[in-house]
Amino acid sequence: MKSRIFYALAAPVIAAVLAIAVSSIALLIAGHSPVETFQTMWQYLDSADSLVNIINRAVPYYIAGVAVAIGFKMGLFNIGADGQYRLAALIAAAAGAAVSLPAPIHVLFVLVVAVAVGGAWAAVAGILKVTRGVNEVVSTIMLNFIATGISAFLLAEYFRDNTATLVAQTKELPRSAWVPSLNRLLEAFGYHLPQGTILEGFLIGAIIVGIGYYVVVWRSRFGFELRTTGINPAAARSAGVNPKAMILKAIVLSGMVAGLIGMGPLLTDPQLHRYADTFPTAIGFTGIAIALLGRNNPAGIAVAAFVWAALERGGQALPPIGVPQEIVKILQGTLLLTAVIAFEVVRRFASAAQVREAAAQSGSRASSTPVAVAAS
Amino acid sequence: MTTAVASPPASPTQDFRAWLDQTRWARPLVFALAATAILSISRIIADAPDMTSGSTFAAAIGASAPILLAGLGGLYSERAGIVNIGLEGMMIMGTWFAGWAGYQWGPWAALVWGGIGGMLGGGLHALATVTFGVDHIVSGFAINIIAPGLCRYLSSVLFVGRGDGTITQSPHMKGDIGTFTLPFLSGGSFFGWKTPDPLGWIDDQRWFFVSDVAGLLKGFTTEMAWTTVVALLLIPFTVYLVWHTAFGLRLRSSGERPGAAYSLGVPVYRVRYAAVLISGFVAGLGGAWLAIDVKGYNQDQTAGRGYQGLAALIFGNYRPVGTFGGAGVFAYSQALTQRIGTAPVLALFVVAAIIFALLGLRLCSKGQFLGGIVALAVAALAGWYYSVTDKVNNQLVFITPYVVVLIVLAFASQHLRPPAWDGRPWRKGME
Repeated sequence: MKSRIFYALAAPVIAAVLAIAVSSIALLIAGHSPVETFQTMWQYLDSADSLVNIINRAVPYYIAGVAVAIGFKMGLFNIGADGQYRLAALIAAAAGAAVSLPAPIHVLFVLVVAVAVGGAWAAVAGILKVTRGVNEVVSTIMLNFIATGISAFLLAEYFRDNTATLVAQTKELPRSAWVPSLNRLLEAFGYHLPQGTILEGFLIGAIIVGIGYYVVVWRSRFGFELRTTGINPAAARSAGVNPKAMILKAIVLSGMVAGLIGMGPLLTDPQLHRYADTFPTAIGFTGIAIALLGRNNPAGIAVAAFVWAALERGGQALPPIGVPQEIVKILQGTLLLTAVIAFEVVRRFASAAQVREAAAQSGSRASSTPVAVAAS
Repeated sequence: MTTAVASPPASPTQDFRAWLDQTRWARPLVFALAATAILSISRIIADAPDMTSGSTFAAAIGASAPILLAGLGGLYSERAGIVNIGLEGMMIMGTWFAGWAGYQWGPWAALVWGGIGGMLGGGLHALATVTFGVDHIVSGFAINIIAPGLCRYLSSVLFVGRGDGTITQSPHMKGDIGTFTLPFLSGGSFFGWKTPDPLGWIDDQRWFFVSDVAGLLKGFTTEMAWTTVVALLLIPFTVYLVWHTAFGLRLRSSGERPGAAYSLGVPVYRVRYAAVLISGFVAGLGGAWLAIDVKGYNQDQTAGRGYQGLAALIFGNYRPVGTFGGAGVFAYSQALTQRIGTAPVLALFVVAAIIFALLGLRLCSKGQFLGGIVALAVAALAGWYYSVTDKVNNQLVFITPYVVVLIVLAFASQHLRPPAWDGRPWRKGME
C-alpha cells in the first residue's frame, strides 16, 4: 500500500522537477533569473483575485479533460473535442438567442442543444470507425477542420448578428439564459470577494460533470464494460460486450461532454454571452493535455486543470519584470512531456517490482513445498 | 508434354487490371490523367478556363510541397512503426529555425536549418517513444503543444529588437531562393537564350483535355521555386531509400514485425531512432519551405499542414507518390481559393458531382446499393448546389479537401494497408 502511494506520487514529482529545471535553463540562457521569475509568479498567484481567476479558467479545461478522458478510458483518442465544442457552442448560442423561455428552462435548453450537437458531431467519427474502420485520430483531425469551416460559414451566412459592426458574432443571449455568478453564494457563507472579481457560476456544471464522470465510468455497468474494453478488448468481447456499440457510445458520450466545454464562457462570462471570433480557442487540445496529466482520474483532472490555469495566470505577472510570458508555454509543454514519460517509466518500474515480489513469494513457497511433502 | 494450364482468354479490362497491378508507374499515371479529364470536363461545364491553366497548376504544385514534405516525413516514421502525429510541431520548429537562419545566411541555410529544427522535434519524439515507450500519439501530441510555445519564447529572446523581428515574426530573410523553368518545353532560358514555350502555347489554346494536360505539365516545369524542386526530388529519393536499400528494408521490417527483425539482427531501436530523426528533418524542410516562401518565420504559419500531411500519407496508402496525390488534393483547392474568383471555385462542385456519380455507379455495379445510393445522392446534392448558387462561401471551399479525404478514407479504409506494427508498443524481448 505504501509503495503504491509512492509510485503514484513519484511520477508527478519527477515531472514537475524536470519541467522546472528545463524552464530554468531556458530562463538562464536568456539571461533571466529563475528564482526571481518563479517568486514573482508565486506572489502574484497568492491572492483571492488570482484564485477566482484560476478557477474560472480551469472550468472549461476540466470539462475538456473529462471529455477526452472518457475516450482514453476506452482506448480512443478524441482529438476532435475542439471541433465538437466550437460547433456546439456556436449552435447553442444561436439557438439560445432565437428562443425566449423562462430562466432555468432557457439555460437547460442551451445546455441540451450543446450536448446534442457535440454528441452528434462526435458520432460522425464513431460511425466512420465502426462501419468503415476509419481511425478516429485521423477522422477527428479532419472533422476539426471541417467544424472550423462550417462554424465560420454558419456564423457568416445565418447566425450573424446584423446589428453588430465589424465583428462576426451571434446575437447576445437573453438574460434568462445567463447563469448567475457564485458571489452571492459565497457571501451567504461569509466570504466576500474583492470588487470586480466574479466567480463564474458554471463551476457547478463542472462539478456535476466530474461527479457524473466518476459515477458513470467507475460505478456503473456501462463504465465497467467501457474500462474493460479499454484494457482488454478481446476479454471484453468474450464476456459478451459488443465492441462496436461500446466504441460508438464512448465517442458520443465524449462528444456530448465536449459540447459543454464552451458553456462556461457562453453562459457565465459577463463579457461574452454570445459566440464570437473572440471565443476561446483550442480548449479541446488543452483538454488532451489535462486528461494526460490527470491520468483520466476525476480528481487528477481537476488538479491538472487547476495547475494548468494557475501557470497561465502566473505568466501574466512576468512581462512587468521583463521575462517573456511564453516561458509558461515551455513549462506546460515540458511538464506534459516529462509527465507522460515519468508515468510510463514508473509504471514499468512498479510492474517489474510487482513481478519480483510475486516471484519471491512463489519462490519461497516452491522451496518450502517439497519439504512439507517430505515431512508428511 | 506441357503441364501448363491454359488460361482463359483475358478480357480487355483484365488486361488493363493486370497492367495496372504490375507496372510501377501505371497507377499514378492513370490517376493523374483521370483527374485531369474530370477537371477538364468540369471547367467546360462551369465555363472556368482558368481552372486547369498552367499557372493554377503551378500554384497548386507549389502549395502541395510543404504538405508533401510533412507527409514524406510521416512516411519514414510510420514505415518504421512509430506513429508521428507530431509532424505539425516539427514543421513549426522548421519554420522558426528557417526564419532564424534565413535572416542571417539566406534561404539555402534556412532550408538546412529548418530541417535541423524539425529533427530536434524528431529527436524528442524518438526519445519518448523508442527509449521510454510512451504512447506514440501522446508523445506526438505533446510535441505539438511544446513547439509553438518554444518558438514563441525563442522569438521573444532572439527576434525582438533585431531588424523588423517581433515576437510573432523573424527579421526579413536575406536573398531569394530563385525559380526553375524548363527550357525548350516551357520557355526557360538555356545558357542565356530564351527558348520557345510550346507547352504554354498549347495551354493557351484551351483545347479539351490536350490543353489541360499541357497545363498540368507546364505547372510542373514553370517558375518552380527551388525549394519545391527539392520537395519533388525527395519522392524518388524516398522510394529509393525505403524500398531499394538495406537500410530501407530494415526500416520497413521494424514497422512490420519488429520482433522478427530484431531476432534477425536488425537493431530496431537504432533504426527507429534514425527513421524518426529523418522524419523530423523532412517535416522541418516543409516548415522551412513555408518560411522561405514568405521570406521569414511567422507564428502559426503552418496552419495545420502537418495534419494535412499526415492525412495525405494515409490517403496515399503510406507510399510516396500516393502521398503526393493526397497533398495535391489539399493544395489544389487552396490554390483555387487563393488565386482566382468564384467561377472556378464553384466548378469544384461539378468536380465533386462527377466523382460521386462515378463512385455511386461503381458501387451499384458491385452490388453495394446502400453506399452507391448515398454516393449518387451526394452527387445530386453537389450538382443541385452548383445549379442554384452563383456565389460560394470561401469557408465551404476550405472544407472541401477535408471532406474529400474523409470520404475517400471511408470508402477506401479496407484497402489501405498501414505498416502492421504501426503504433503498437514494442520493447526488446517482445515477439
